Amino acid sequence: MKVGLFIPCYVDQFYPDAAIACLQLLEKLGVDVVYPKNQTCCGQPMANSGFEHLTGGCNDLFIKNFSDFDYVVGPSGSCVLHLKEHLHNHDNPEIATTLSNKLYEFTSFLTDVLKVKSLPARFPHKVGVHQSCHGQRGLHLSQMTELVAPEFSKPGSLLNMVKDIELVHLNRKDECCGFGGTFCVAEEAVSSKMGKDRVEDHLHNGAEYITGVDMSCLMHMEGILHRQGSKVKVLHIAEILNGE
Amino acid sequence: MTSREKILSAIKTNQPDLATLPDVDFLLQEDVDIPEKFIASLTAIGGQVVMVKNHSAIKAFIAENFIHPSRKITTVSELEDIAEYIEDNSTVPHSLENVDYAIIEADLAIAENGAIWVTEDKIRTRVLPFITQHLAVIVKKKDVVPTMHYAYNKIAANDYGFATFIAGPSKTADIEQSLVLGAHGSRSMTVFLMAQ
Amino acid sequence: MQNTTNHAELAEVFNNDEARVDWHDETLWWIRSKRDVAVNKISNWEVLRETASQIKNNVLSNLNNYLQQFEGNAIANGIIIHWAADAKEHNQIVLSILEKHSIHQMVKSKSMLTEECHLNDFLEENGINVIDSDLGERIVQLAKEMPSHIVLPCIHKKKEEIGELFHQHLGTPAGNADPQFLTETARQHLRDTFLTRRAALTGINFAIAETGEFVVCTNEGNADMGAHLADVHIASMGIEKIIPERKHLGVFLRLLTRSATGQPITTYSSHFKRPNKGKEMHIIIVDNGRSIQLGREDFRNSLKCIRCGACMNTCPVYRRSGGHSYHNAISGPIGSILAPNLDMEKYADLPFASTLCGSCTNVCPVKIDIHQQLYKWRQVIVKNGYVPAAKKASMQIMDWTLSSPTAYHTAGKAGRLVLKYAPFMVNNKLNPWYKHRDMPEPPKESFGEWYKKNRK
Repeated sequence: MKVGLFIPCYVDQFYPDAAIACLQLLEKLGVDVVYPKNQTCCGQPMANSGFEHLTGGCNDLFIKNFSDFDYVVGPSGSCVLHLKEHLHNHDNPEIATTLSNKLYEFTSFLTDVLKVKSLPARFPHKVGVHQSCHGQRGLHLSQMTELVAPEFSKPGSLLNMVKDIELVHLNRKDECCGFGGTFCVAEEAVSSKMGKDRVEDHLHNGAEYITGVDMSCLMHMEGILHRQGSKVKVLHIAEILNGE
Repeated sequence: MTSREKILSAIKTNQPDLATLPDVDFLLQEDVDIPEKFIASLTAIGGQVVMVKNHSAIKAFIAENFIHPSRKITTVSELEDIAEYIEDNSTVPHSLENVDYAIIEADLAIAENGAIWVTEDKIRTRVLPFITQHLAVIVKKKDVVPTMHYAYNKIAANDYGFATFIAGPSKTADIEQSLVLGAHGSRSMTVFLMAQ
Repeated sequence: MQNTTNHAELAEVFNNDEARVDWHDETLWWIRSKRDVAVNKISNWEVLRETASQIKNNVLSNLNNYLQQFEGNAIANGIIIHWAADAKEHNQIVLSILEKHSIHQMVKSKSMLTEECHLNDFLEENGINVIDSDLGERIVQLAKEMPSHIVLPCIHKKKEEIGELFHQHLGTPAGNADPQFLTETARQHLRDTFLTRRAALTGINFAIAETGEFVVCTNEGNADMGAHLADVHIASMGIEKIIPERKHLGVFLRLLTRSATGQPITTYSSHFKRPNKGKEMHIIIVDNGRSIQLGREDFRNSLKCIRCGACMNTCPVYRRSGGHSYHNAISGPIGSILAPNLDMEKYADLPFASTLCGSCTNVCPVKIDIHQQLYKWRQVIVKNGYVPAAKKASMQIMDWTLSSPTAYHTAGKAGRLVLKYAPFMVNNKLNPWYKHRDMPEPPKESFGEWYKKNRK
């Protein structure tokens, strides 16, 4: 099985450690994984702003870079969701559908395909888990509090394999952080207030680290933490799972 | 073209292909201790339940617990001796403005939400259960059903000019979500749950 | 009252008072929490939602027949039916009914449709005094404001403010903000209204095609007090309020109030089938853009709405911006997918007032795909040119940059260099991100650069 590693544009540029952790963990799990160097962006920032009609270039690049792999794995619920819902190719619709079906968010690849049951990682800290909305409600990475349905969490189940980790309870388990793509600047007041409240929930409950499957949410919360002079750090879940 | 024609024609053009109407009868499958649940439900929403054996017990409770003097009316012939008997629909609604207590009887009650169901002929005049300061309703234990589905199953195609579910006293939380009982309808609701 | 009609700007003003935002947010989250407790008591809640959704899908697909069936049955019941193509016609019909009876004062219970039609203003202009009898509605009426929430009209008002309003308009003692006392005052004041009005107008929660009856749900009993004491009862409904059969009420009444406030049912669920003897009962069936929405394949599901307000309570943006930021009768997520149909230019901002988190879609009792529709409205609005030119330009640049690996790598590197060596260029007042957040630290190399060195 050959896996293509899809790294979201802002992770590539600003959070390479998260990408390195994904790569290293997949390699440790015995996966033959390759990072196609000509990938750029999934197109979501444009699509969510109403400019889906401008995402043809991104779609074509994505299809070109990733069609030949058995699986495509990416550390982002929101990018993966966007591609699953909107990746298309006018001339050959099937090629997009086939690729979509092979596309996995990182933690769900570990639980659903690799069926990971244990990890050698150790992380003796209090960790707050942020349920990034698109991964949670869109990709069903974990159960949402709105539904009357059994609880489950793919990222949670992986974190529970990490030795000495303590997951903190949050007051609002799955409220949105307020990043929302261009929303973060177009509706700055509400966005930063939402981020501030999210961070406060973690701080109030004693988190030393905030983690999740989406670096975009974490970047937004990190911006607020830094502004507050907080010592609390954000880490992509891959960085915790990959730890020794 | 009249507005009616315009609207119906636009709807006909724009409505999507027919989608099947689902069955709802499968929802009649509850298994719950009905009287217990009813008492819990009504109590939770600010009503009170009084278990009684018969109408005498009701009269005794009223004598002890309702404020006297007060204007009491009833649609229940067995209570004629302790309250003004409203026999038919000839009462002028406004004349009930100063009623303190109204005692009526319900056709059925619902365990899941503490509601009772009355039709117009049961309440004689439509405003009666709303205009009274305090409402009391006689419900027979055997007439308590588990859920709304069962209620509508019993109501079936019965005809009425007006009917209503009443669940507890009137209330509002419009002022900073503080629950206040006694908005525009009755201030309190007592259900006499009768054994037979 | 407000001279800006843009959600982002109005929300920014709302956020100037952080303590108030916290209060508004906590209150509505508490209501969402009560909803959660209530719905978790129904083990087949998700089945109920699916059933309601399918019933409403059937209604929309057969609306032409159902409306005629409803009309026929209602008329046979002795109800007078009117049809209004738009808000103007609706208001005119109400006025003409009142004038026919020489009535100059009317009592009204909650109807979001009449808010949409601005009925009160129209009637006042035409010499009709209207009193809103729902406590929350009466409060915003005294404050000369629109309701900010479809179920909790004055959720944005603190009790001290309400106390002050009552002191000014109803003569209560200054400084008294006790909810019990204020409610009692309203009870006395409105009781007099109920007893003296010959006309009452109510909304309609559900209209049953099978029987020609309609249901009005209240906690306060105000709709009933008004209707049963009046000579003329006018009930206004949107075309989409139809449900096929009486027994379907079992499904909808179980879903409605639990979704709205966490109560198992409203205190009163009154079924009106025939006018009282000697009295008149009118129903006004209103279109006002709904038949157009019905024709929009991507957006017609918004017409399934039963006006519970759950989407507003769960929306983290609504909670932190308030209903008035949506500058529309119906605010929040549902308002944002209904309003662009009425006036795309005026409401172009609303579908963007969201992070597309999806919470709304999952509390909706009739399974409207709200967040999907928000996304789709964005595409329509852009296509119709209702976005600022600057945004359009920046999106074009983004497309060009991201469609080319070379351009992308160059831009990314440039961005990181700027952040590293000239952060002041980005860390300033012109950068909205920077207002409350620090920019991310620029790493020494991108992942692509690291991979090139360490793997290939």
